[in-house]
Amino acid sequence: MIALSDYLIFGAVLFMISMAGIFLNRKNVIILLMSIELLLLAVNTNLVAFSHYLNDVTGQIFVFFILTVAAAEAAIGLAIVVLVFRKRKTINIDDLSSLKG
Amino acid sequence: MTFELFIFYLLTAVATVSGLMMITIKNPVKAALWLILAFIATAGVWIMAQAEFLGLVLILVYVGALMVLFLFVVMMLDVNISVLKEGFTQYLPLGVMASIAIFSMMYLVVGPEHFGIDVTGEPVSNSENYNNTKSIAIPLYTTHAYAFVLAAVLLLLGIVAAISLTLRRRPTTEVLYQNIDKQVKTLATDRFRLVKMASVVEKAIPSKKEDEK
Repeated sequence: MIALSDYLIFGAVLFMISMAGIFLNRKNVIILLMSIELLLLAVNTNLVAFSHYLNDVTGQIFVFFILTVAAAEAAIGLAIVVLVFRKRKTINIDDLSSLKG
Repeated sequence: MTFELFIFYLLTAVATVSGLMMITIKNPVKAALWLILAFIATAGVWIMAQAEFLGLVLILVYVGALMVLFLFVVMMLDVNISVLKEGFTQYLPLGVMASIAIFSMMYLVVGPEHFGIDVTGEPVSNSENYNNTKSIAIPLYTTHAYAFVLAAVLLLLGIVAAISLTLRRRPTTEVLYQNIDKQVKTLATDRFRLVKMASVVEKAIPSKKEDEK
């Protein structure tokens, strides 16, 4: 029998990995976006596990909405990345500091 | 170890390893492919948690659409990879320390001490003719109908934003665009004009077939 803590620890491990990814790849916007997707996946895993153990389908509906929002967010984020690359010919975050005071 | 537990550990190991590969690999295309593997393994974990519909949606929407979008963008951008990986070792200790700190705090909360099988008890197993899709759909269309419509509006917003951001207007000397306002406002009389003219009787022209004969 898979315990609830197994699911939750799996979610925590994914969360940890994607947080490390945000720290390590802070120059590449595309990998940052991918890490955010993995972060959302970790959170969704927790919701699914609790939904299973509490026998309440609301958690899964919540995951459904999170997936929708994440898909819209990724599409707009990638559009912005394409736009930035077209203007600046780079996606290195260090080069995109023109708003810095 | 039961077979169920074995499958669970296999899937979580695949997801963990591919997540680690994703954040450490240099090439963004390969990172996207590793992320796809992580998504597929996690979809398996969700299916084991009896969320079949969401597991399949994860594969269809994320692997089928979103990651293809990522790959598309990565291949469209001509990125110099080596510059983007600078500072990887510089940030490594900080990243590892911060994530281990977060993980250990999370483990203290969600570990077996609080959410183990002895504490939570076994989940209620669903009956044989339980339908996961149906049991999600009924509250989705009744209790959460408003949120569902809002989600649809949000997706529309995503389409409009992504298209309007990336649409590139080139000068009209290079390319001709269709002017939709003008097209819609056009009347039939603007396109087609009947001209009255005196009828002219032409001489009968011998057709080709008769010539061949």
